[in-house]
Amino acid sequence: MAERSFAKEVKSLRLGAGAEFRGEGILAVTKALLQSGVAYVGGYQGAPVSHLMDVLADAEDILSELGVHFEASASEATAAAMLAASINYPLRGAVTWKSTVGTNVASDALANLASAGVKGGALIILGEDYGEGASIMQERTHAFAMKSQIWLLDPRPHLPEIVRAVEQGFELSEASHTPVMLMLRIRACHVYGRFTAKENRRPPFSAADALRAPSRDYGRIILPPSTYQQEREKIEQRFPAGVRFVAERQMNDFSPGEVGDIGIVLQGGLYNNVLRALELLHCADAFGTSRIPLYVLNVTYPLVPEEWVRFCTGKRAVLVIEEGQPEFIEQAASQILRKHEVSARLLGKDVLPMAGEYTVDVLRRGILQFIERFSPGLRPGTQSPRTAKEVPLVPAERLATLIPARPSGLCTGCPERPFFAAMKLLQREMGPLHISADIGCHSFATLPPFNMGNSIMGYGLGAAGASAFHTEGGRRAVAVMGDGGFWHNGLTSGIGNAVFNRHDDVTVIVDNNYSAATGGQDIPSSRSANPHRQGNNSIVDAVRGVGVKWVRRTRTYDMQGTLKVLREALTTGLRGPKVIVAEGECQLNRQRRVRPLMKKAIQEGKRVVRERFGVDADTCTGDHSCIRLSGCPSLTIRKSSDPLRTDPVAYVDNSCVGCGVCGEVAHAAVLCPSFYRADLVYNPSRWDRILARVRGSVIGALQRRSERRRLRHAI
Amino acid sequence: MTPRPIKLCIAALGGQGGGVLTEWLVEIAEAEGYLAQSTSVPGVAQRTGATIYYLEFFPRAEAQRAGREPIMALMPVPGDVDCVVASELVEAGRAVQRGLITPGKTTLIASSHRSFVISEKSAMGQGMADEREIAQLLRAGAGRLVLFDMDAIAEQHHSVISSVLLGAICGSGALPFGRDAFEAAIKRSGIAVAGNLAAFADACERVLRGNETTSSAAAPEAIPASARSPALQPLLDRLRRLPESARSLALEGVRRTIDYQDPAYAALYLTRLERVAALDEQQSPRGTRVGDDALTETVARSLALWMTFEDTIRVADLKTRSARFTRIREEIRAEEGQIFAITEFMKPRVAEIAGTLPAAIGASVLRSSRVSGWLARWTRGRRIRSSTVSGFLFLRALAGAKRWRRGTLRYREENGRIEEWLARIERLAPAHYGLAVELARAQRLIKGYGETHERGWRSFSTLLSQLDVLAARADGAALLSRLHEAALADEEGKALARELAALRESPQGRRPAAETGV
Repeated sequence: MAERSFAKEVKSLRLGAGAEFRGEGILAVTKALLQSGVAYVGGYQGAPVSHLMDVLADAEDILSELGVHFEASASEATAAAMLAASINYPLRGAVTWKSTVGTNVASDALANLASAGVKGGALIILGEDYGEGASIMQERTHAFAMKSQIWLLDPRPHLPEIVRAVEQGFELSEASHTPVMLMLRIRACHVYGRFTAKENRRPPFSAADALRAPSRDYGRIILPPSTYQQEREKIEQRFPAGVRFVAERQMNDFSPGEVGDIGIVLQGGLYNNVLRALELLHCADAFGTSRIPLYVLNVTYPLVPEEWVRFCTGKRAVLVIEEGQPEFIEQAASQILRKHEVSARLLGKDVLPMAGEYTVDVLRRGILQFIERFSPGLRPGTQSPRTAKEVPLVPAERLATLIPARPSGLCTGCPERPFFAAMKLLQREMGPLHISADIGCHSFATLPPFNMGNSIMGYGLGAAGASAFHTEGGRRAVAVMGDGGFWHNGLTSGIGNAVFNRHDDVTVIVDNNYSAATGGQDIPSSRSANPHRQGNNSIVDAVRGVGVKWVRRTRTYDMQGTLKVLREALTTGLRGPKVIVAEGECQLNRQRRVRPLMKKAIQEGKRVVRERFGVDADTCTGDHSCIRLSGCPSLTIRKSSDPLRTDPVAYVDNSCVGCGVCGEVAHAAVLCPSFYRADLVYNPSRWDRILARVRGSVIGALQRRSERRRLRHAI
Repeated sequence: MTPRPIKLCIAALGGQGGGVLTEWLVEIAEAEGYLAQSTSVPGVAQRTGATIYYLEFFPRAEAQRAGREPIMALMPVPGDVDCVVASELVEAGRAVQRGLITPGKTTLIASSHRSFVISEKSAMGQGMADEREIAQLLRAGAGRLVLFDMDAIAEQHHSVISSVLLGAICGSGALPFGRDAFEAAIKRSGIAVAGNLAAFADACERVLRGNETTSSAAAPEAIPASARSPALQPLLDRLRRLPESARSLALEGVRRTIDYQDPAYAALYLTRLERVAALDEQQSPRGTRVGDDALTETVARSLALWMTFEDTIRVADLKTRSARFTRIREEIRAEEGQIFAITEFMKPRVAEIAGTLPAAIGASVLRSSRVSGWLARWTRGRRIRSSTVSGFLFLRALAGAKRWRRGTLRYREENGRIEEWLARIERLAPAHYGLAVELARAQRLIKGYGETHERGWRSFSTLLSQLDVLAARADGAALLSRLHEAALADEEGKALARELAALRESPQGRRPAAETGV
């Protein structure tokens, strides 16, 4: 079960014709899929499209009513391969993932899909993780579209436009026998807005229909000579058909403007921010009426040459606003204009930065430069908005050091924390290790206070990333992999590979029971009972199954035990890959499960003991060794109440979930005696009360005696 | 001039309910006749990082008049934000850093409480950002500032900070929405309505009244005129003869040493401090005073902390006090009369155990590997349940060893070191006053337990070993301060090693002023 429940959102998936849908962009996509008569949906979770998967997972009822098949795919490659159903049959299918990472994983299947061509509409919904808030390397999906010839939609970040893009995307796909990618930037995925809903449609053709009468066409198989034929089809039929559809259905928008000699071409996804930049330059009003002609590319691949020629003819200069690099659109447009002998100057990355997100401020500066050079008569508002940053309140250098950065980190009570604390202690003991890190919550171990991990090669590739370090002598390399990454591909790419190639390294599989970093979705080894999935598949069995002889399980919260296992793995004389499965349930999910139960039990009058930790301010000397070994959000600091101590003391705030790591760390690291655990008893039994009374009176009497003695010497 | 949307930006931390606050505001705006758009970039920032939510509101009537929908931006534009809401002080500062605050325009609504970032928490000493300077920045930067501890208000009403922020937004009048609409949104959400409404109202009214809470530093405590017991009167009289600027710290020192051992120990503290005060009084050959009492003041603090070193006796003593039990009750928020148990996590090493033994025995234990080895069996991590009678009695017995403390190995060792330190200070002060003050301050390095304590002592000893070199230089004091900070820069001692290497390269020469800061 995912971290967030979408019960409310699921209701809006049932909205009928004429009703107003309100919600996030990515949920609008979900509704648009149902309105388009989609027959099957798959995908792999990841920001910013996790919500699409989570909503569908919570909407199994609606999906089964409509006859829509939904899968939480094992990986993006699985999801992409699922689209094979649209090659031979008029089935509409949609898949989703985070791009470009997911597209990288899926690209083998995507390339074959694009070559074979599709009969039913195939839509790939991509969360373009670029710019602020992105968690991956910065690349463009555009390159994939071009290399495999898959159309790329980049609609305006406005719900009705996004919904239109989904609906037209299927039609475009069918009309041109080509898969279509619909890319949504992070903010567009999360934008709240409205659109008028239509009825959901049952897919007119079902998978069952297909199985009753299987259809086969050797021309759709990826083997020669079909592949040569397919390449020709792409060029001779599908490309022109795609361009024709985009032009005829007017998928791109034009806005006339009042000046004739300049114009701006922009990606649809940047529309709102470009309009705001123009407004700030007094070149547009709040309703999108621009004084400069605009050509909005809601389809960024393929480009429509006639539209470019029409827009640019008679203009002195045209600015192409295209986020990211390389500047594929600008390059292609240059070629179009040159071939058609259109003389307009083409500008793009000349006035706009090559790399980085196009924020409104960046856009404003670039557009201003463009206007000043080519249409100074527009007299744009050149005054940049004043900010407190530019007013000399404090010197810029001071401002930079005054405000400390806030990197992400592991959550309160996270089961991965004691594991990385153990790794830190282990390295104190054995010296520094080479650690091949992976994608997942455990990636945060590369940040303070752990600062460990030498490389990250991709999801599930932690073990594979350590392959070259299989050498004689020296310390063994340690690879870290999450349970999510393990099932995604790490079992074969990492573990199977290590067995086959007789590696001698150590791989730790951090098993927190979920695909935790993406929002706590279930994976094959999840223990939770999900009626729609088969969980409880053992990682240990899988690892043994591919031939690993040395496998150990450890509870991460047992730091001493974990340390022992790690030591053994690094020093054992046994050759071959060593795999440690470090288990501990994701605390976010655990709390979500346990808290209501505890609350209920307390309300029902049952005896409940709640544990939490604390630090004695009296004995804490403010060295913060404990924080450097733990970094738990609930283990924080506060000013010392002791007038003699100047350093802040450690303090456990009320968000503590009593995971026990503080005590483990204090013991394992031989830290200070300041930690205590408090066990709060709710609805105490009679025995509890008697015992408490006896203890209270003995301890109280002794304490009062010492108190009196101390008082005699009080000043 | 065409109408423009109202632009609002929320800077929140993961788990603070920024998403809920955004939903409330959208609902309120829609109920009040506005078209609303919101967006965010959560991503990995949800995991304890900072998240920005951005909202725009546009009057529906204006859109209808124009017959068109407004185009709203998806991100805040520096210089063009009407209202910034920050759920924490540093995040408010970050909003200034990002250029989201425009003087004379932006209303900034921020909670003054702190949620410390990892670099502040993991510093080996004081790493907290300068709250006062950040608050000054906010005051100077914002068009209007609403700043108070909203976390405390939320706690008070068993609510969440998003309700308090919503109340502050309502009270500030930054948005043209009526209070009823705000309250209706909270009620409609149907979760913890009573607490959220109370927190909302409290914050709203606080802002309407316009009283921001400001904290003022407490004045230094005066020396009481007479002691409760006549035996202590001489201590008070001696305190009063100390330089005025050192008196309140020395009073704390006296209290602490009595609490640690007995009045005689406090007398020893004062005797030592008086030696230093005499240095401050000394006349130089030119007839002026050598010092400005900074030395006495610094030693008053350092000496008190050092003389009350944390041995096992002290720890057991502090852990068995009634005040501690009361404090824990508050800290863990036990309800009135609720039963709770306390478990201590202790892991004394052989060194700690030997330190508590009589000096001769303790020293021979440490010398004999056989005895040490036998003792090591007792040094596994111990969990002591101090709320049980047996656990409490054990700790109390340990605390009772106080009467033999003067004979323990640790006491001898620490007091020997203290005397040595004081002697160095005395030797340095007449000719190298600044260096002597820095040496007094360097005691701060010795803290903690076990290995942490040993590391601190190693750093301190390293500094001591450089004193002769430093005394030969005009910038010796500044250099010692630099070494002191370097020793606190990292656990591995890398920064300190770097500084020492630099010092060895130019043992005599004065470094460029820009680098040394003198």
